[in-house]
Amino acid sequence: MSSMHTTTVSERLSRKLSRNVRERAIELVLFLAASVSVLTTIGIIWILIFESYHFFEHVPVWDFLTDTMWTPLFSTPRYGILPLLLGTVTTSLVALAVAVPLGTVIAIYISEFASPRVREIVKPFLELLGGVPTIVYGYFALTVVSPVLQYFFPSLPGFSMLAAGLVMGIAIVPYISSLSEDAMRAVPMSLREGAYAMGSTRFQTAVRVVLPAAISGVLSAYILGISRAVGETMIVAVAAGMQPNFTMDPTQPAQTISAYIVQVAMGDLPHGSIGYQSIFAAGLSLMLLTLFFNIMGHLIRRRYREAY
Amino acid sequence: MNNQDIASIRGIIRGNRRWDLIFAVAGFLALTVGVLAFVTLFGQMVINGWERLNPDFFTSFPSRRAANAGILSAWVGSLLVMLVTALSAVPLGVAAGVYLEEYAPKNLVTDIIEINVTNLAGVPSIVYGLLALGVFVYMFGFGQSVLTAGLTLGLLILPVIIVATREALRAIPVHVREGAYGCGATQWQVVSDHLVPYATPGIMTGVIIGLSRAIGETAPIITIGALTFIAFLPASPISSTAPFINFDWLWSGFTVMPIQMFNWTSRPEEAFQQNAAAAGLILVLMTLLMNALAIWLRYRLRKSIAW
Repeated sequence: MSSMHTTTVSERLSRKLSRNVRERAIELVLFLAASVSVLTTIGIIWILIFESYHFFEHVPVWDFLTDTMWTPLFSTPRYGILPLLLGTVTTSLVALAVAVPLGTVIAIYISEFASPRVREIVKPFLELLGGVPTIVYGYFALTVVSPVLQYFFPSLPGFSMLAAGLVMGIAIVPYISSLSEDAMRAVPMSLREGAYAMGSTRFQTAVRVVLPAAISGVLSAYILGISRAVGETMIVAVAAGMQPNFTMDPTQPAQTISAYIVQVAMGDLPHGSIGYQSIFAAGLSLMLLTLFFNIMGHLIRRRYREAY
Repeated sequence: MNNQDIASIRGIIRGNRRWDLIFAVAGFLALTVGVLAFVTLFGQMVINGWERLNPDFFTSFPSRRAANAGILSAWVGSLLVMLVTALSAVPLGVAAGVYLEEYAPKNLVTDIIEINVTNLAGVPSIVYGLLALGVFVYMFGFGQSVLTAGLTLGLLILPVIIVATREALRAIPVHVREGAYGCGATQWQVVSDHLVPYATPGIMTGVIIGLSRAIGETAPIITIGALTFIAFLPASPISSTAPFINFDWLWSGFTVMPIQMFNWTSRPEEAFQQNAAAAGLILVLMTLLMNALAIWLRYRLRKSIAW
């Protein structure tokens, strides 16, 4: 090489060159954008714990967890989360009783039985169903499902956990069916072919080979469904009534944790009051509940994951 | 094998085949339940709300008299909130997706961000409302404004956009990157000149799905304390005098379509239920349209790209 070349390749690629400085600046900006999601999580955890901490200065944690009355707006307020928790659990159970069978059957049907043409039509349709705003489902529960249920069971009140839960189930079906179907489609063809070669029918192949092989994905679809149901707000706020009710009877009206937050937020509670802090304590309970299910889902995925 | 054995084997096969049929019927019925629910939901709103759908409904403010009430402040509010949501979530989400897919080294920090994005998608929307109430409304002092609502929904749909961006980038074959690097492009040149343009349809699909989710979100907006009875419009973003653009609307009080619908739904009078049906119809049509657009985009994408 001639000595006229004063810059070596390594100098031209030096980190100090403006081109490379710019590259690193851009990378930093992109990294900051990615860390916004972490900041969001930190913000959520911090604000929930911070406000709940002030709430628990007034209300003993033990009372919060064991008292069976939730009457924050009475003159002698009592703050027992149990009635709200039971409301949340009951509506979620009703929803799952609808969504798990329907979602699983639809997933198996689309993945193993339906022709490609039917699949091309049904999948987008389910996606559309999943895109309907939940307030619209709430309206549907209140104006259609409740009256229909009352027609068959005249003793049913106008607001009930049953009506809200049933509609919530319909709203969750698309999530469960589409995730379960993805899991089943990921099962390699060779397993199905093996089953067919042994003389299995479609149904036997689907239920005894494909479903067990996809079980980790299907179970985590259920878990996602549960955490959707637990966090669902507008359907229960509109159709389940707004009174906390210490019962697991689905034919009764009741309030859920999320519906309580909505109720308080619609009123005009001053910032820093105990009522204001109580919605953060409720939110913290909700968050812990969904966190529990998310961790369960994670463990299930890890425990039952099949590798091919 | 004697005839009796063959007959019994045939019997078993028949029995098993019957289960096939039973299940096919069950699957079809399950689908019918879904279709039926959707048709009833849609049909009921059409029947109930149809007569309210006249031009006045779109140009009137809410009113104490149901027949005069309209959704002017609601659809304008929804539009402005969506504008803030899109402007905040799209650049952030795309940048985060690009970082995670193209730049991020394999280390603990990256793992934390990835797990975090997955978990955020599972956080109930009302919890985002609490975050916004505590942080945006009171700590940052944004108040119960269009800005707060837009940013809240922006954070809510961020995971959707990040995941869509990553999937779109992952689908681009590695030889596109190698070709560009081979010509001496820097990483940013590869990303901005090649990867992002190729990924745009996929990103757009995610953005539309995210926005269609945001436009129907009610709970977080109620939680930040949006008013339900708004008889004014936020200041216009565009003015006729210099400097032509103003940002007063960001700080304005507002209402959005789902909140207006919730407000009408929770009133006992039949006339307001009609308004709720009409508002719900428009809301559903908007989200359906956006979802259909996203599905169509994805369909076209799958058909047209041959690397």
